[in-house]
Amino acid sequence: MKSAILQTATRYLLPILLLFSFFLLLRGHYFPGGGFVGGLVASIAFVLHSLANGTASTMKILGYKPISLIPIGLAISTVSIMLPMLFNLPPMTGLWFEEPIPVIGMIGSALFFDLGVYLVVIGVVLTILFTIALDE
Amino acid sequence: MLFTVLAGLITSSLLIPFGKLIKTKWSILLPFIPVVLFLFYVMHVPSIAEGTNFVQRVNWVPSLGVNLDFRLDGLSLLFALLITGVGTAIFFYGRTYLKGHIYFDRFFGYLLLFMSAMLGVVLADNILTLFIFWELTSISSFFLIGFNNDDKSSRDSALTALSITGLGGFFLLAGLILAGNIAGTFVISELFMKHEVLTIHPLYPLIIGLLFIGAFTKSAQFPFHFWLPGAMKAPTPVSAYLHSATMVKAGIYLLARFTPILGGTDLWSISLMVVGGFTMIFAAVHALFRIDLKGILAYSTISALGVLTFLLGLGTPAAIIAASVFILVHALYKATLFMVTGIIDHETHTRDISVLSGLRKVLPPVFVAALLAALSSAGLPLTFGFIGKDLIYEATLHFNENWTIWLTLLAVLTNVGLVAAGFMAGIKPFAGKLPSAFSNIHLPYPSLWIPPLVLAIFGLAFGLVPGIIGNYFNHQTANAIAGIETDMHLKIWHGFNLVLILSMATLLAGTLLYVVNKPSSSKLQMLARFDGLSPQAIFRRLARGLKDFALFFTRRFHNGYLRAYHLKIILFAELLLAYKLWLSGPISIDFDSLTPLSWYEVVIVAILIGALYIIVSAKSRLASVVSTSVIGYCMCLMFVFYSAPDLAMTQFTIDTLTTVLFVLVLYKLPGFINFTSKTVLMRDALVALGFGAILSLIALRVLFEPNTTEISNFYGENAYLLAKGKNVVNVILVDFRVADTLFETVVLSIAALGVYSLIRLRLKSSEKE
Repeated sequence: MKSAILQTATRYLLPILLLFSFFLLLRGHYFPGGGFVGGLVASIAFVLHSLANGTASTMKILGYKPISLIPIGLAISTVSIMLPMLFNLPPMTGLWFEEPIPVIGMIGSALFFDLGVYLVVIGVVLTILFTIALDE
Repeated sequence: MLFTVLAGLITSSLLIPFGKLIKTKWSILLPFIPVVLFLFYVMHVPSIAEGTNFVQRVNWVPSLGVNLDFRLDGLSLLFALLITGVGTAIFFYGRTYLKGHIYFDRFFGYLLLFMSAMLGVVLADNILTLFIFWELTSISSFFLIGFNNDDKSSRDSALTALSITGLGGFFLLAGLILAGNIAGTFVISELFMKHEVLTIHPLYPLIIGLLFIGAFTKSAQFPFHFWLPGAMKAPTPVSAYLHSATMVKAGIYLLARFTPILGGTDLWSISLMVVGGFTMIFAAVHALFRIDLKGILAYSTISALGVLTFLLGLGTPAAIIAASVFILVHALYKATLFMVTGIIDHETHTRDISVLSGLRKVLPPVFVAALLAALSSAGLPLTFGFIGKDLIYEATLHFNENWTIWLTLLAVLTNVGLVAAGFMAGIKPFAGKLPSAFSNIHLPYPSLWIPPLVLAIFGLAFGLVPGIIGNYFNHQTANAIAGIETDMHLKIWHGFNLVLILSMATLLAGTLLYVVNKPSSSKLQMLARFDGLSPQAIFRRLARGLKDFALFFTRRFHNGYLRAYHLKIILFAELLLAYKLWLSGPISIDFDSLTPLSWYEVVIVAILIGALYIIVSAKSRLASVVSTSVIGYCMCLMFVFYSAPDLAMTQFTIDTLTTVLFVLVLYKLPGFINFTSKTVLMRDALVALGFGAILSLIALRVLFEPNTTEISNFYGENAYLLAKGKNVVNVILVDFRVADTLFETVVLSIAALGVYSLIRLRLKSSEKE
């Protein structure tokens, strides 16, 4: 599907959608959104780009294979769950900074867990789709 | 005590990285594990002999009642000493026996695993812990029997043993849980107090039935005995350790352990007496026909296990004393005979007693060990076996008067067979002239013949000082089994009485039988004619039937067409749901209480129906898929109308991606040809409509169920208080139920890896071609 309009559009849509997905991730704890939806939106951004420009060029932008996002995401989630054990609290206890950070808002272990989910979702979706797309 | 159980497990897992190292001269370290453990338990002998018990409790899964509780009493100590003591001999022996074997490290890994598991079984004070270790012994036995994994018969035997003992394990678990629930505790030492409660409970017959199946399968009682001769495919050190001295006695241990808890009833005694009595005579006769040394020993082991079961069935103090002594007697002489067999096999490469003879000339110390063991097994005065045999007759003679004669006769006949079998294994290969083929055999390394010799000498020494041995080792064992003071005094000389006469008569008759009985392969073949009737053949047929049924079932229900699977799954769900709906009674719908229909809902439903029509009637797959996603988007709109923005967003993105995925896959499929006939179409339509109707009914029904909102109220109230979040859906995902989410992401990851590897793998193999 070679369309000059779509190709040009995705050049701008990709960063905007990614930004939006990150926005969804951050606001998840207070408003509709979260790591799962955020991850899906980010995947859609890349999928859209790949539909317009071909999967190979999207892979070039990504730099790494999307499958490598899966262990990174799982590791972040697991660490955020285990972190309270360092403070002698049972695992999975929510930890929060006292003061909100400008722009981002409150930061806690739940946010890092969500970040892990976000990365895993991107990794999983892109791995499945791109593996199938590249299979000749 | 925990460390003694863990020592083997830890070392066993260390052998994975250090396997190469342990194949070198460092293997000398291995036997020191059982040595240390043995010394540990020997140190406990004096205090246990005074009647002290040691208890160690470690929380494991307290919420399920599974704890690593260990308790050392007389019964546990005897078994722990056997496991570590015979284990020491076996480890020294096995190190030489398997020197240079490529799986040397693996062998000792399994053996250590087994030792730990077995210690766990006899020390556990929690029936669920006991069960876990019980299963571990079955598994390690499976690996050890199948150790020569390039031999098909080895693998088959391993599988038979595992299926029989594993099957018994299931029954045992059921029995244990039943008993634990009725008694209200899973702690064995607390169960002792529940004897009354359990024995009068209506489920008591079921409990002991299940327990018996577990014990009989493990201890090779008829009709489950046949796995044990097959298990002799294992390397000889394994046969000596697992399949004569320790593991097969786990069933006996179980019966002994539960005697004070469940025993003492007629049902208990008679079942054990019948099964044990039949097994002991059946196996003793069978042993006489064998020509393979290991076969003789296997059947005489089954017979000895039958004797133990029988004695526990008698249940009198005299019988329990006899059992506690016979466990030790048998372990000593049988392990020796097995190790001797191993040496013979190692040196001559045959175990056929019709070929072997005269080996005393080339293997003198081995002969001494074998002779001592055979004599102990025969119960010659001054050996420990003599004491054991006396006690057995003592027990049968002082049972119920009406039965005395028959029970004693049974015991005498069995012992005659055992005497002859012992001689066949321990004396026959060494007697007579040395064939020229064996003349250049020379004595193996001392580490091979010293262990059996030491055990054999113990068998003699214990017989010389039975009072001390009984006092230190068997007295508290008998007390622990009987649950009362048994007043044991072992003596060499009881005076000239009926027991002594019987003992001498047994010895004489056994010797005579040994001289007369000439086992040969033709006789063995005669016996083989009855194989069709044997329990083994019946089990085989059952297993084959199960396999055939599985094949039939698979062909019938798993034909490989996705549409067929869908049809069956949906039909089944329909039936189940319809039945449940029908059970819940008539549905009355109060249309007034529903929210009024709005115009935009009507529009969406119209779009939905249009999309549905396109899906069903479309000529191309792509059109169908796109229409499916139209339905998905309509759903999203519904979610938005009913204020579920999180759901709507997720559904929307998922639908988009699913469509992309569909398109990618469809692109690779061949062109669409419609195979479906009118009738099939009608059938599918009916199934689909039925499913839709049922789900609609359920949805309506749910509306009129009493509305319980406790859970959502809890999350609504606590989301901000406990988790500092205002979006309840997200708070549930990342805080309240974070473990679920984590594992869901893991599942997703596995799915991605699956797709990735499946497709990549195919690419790789096509690249090769």
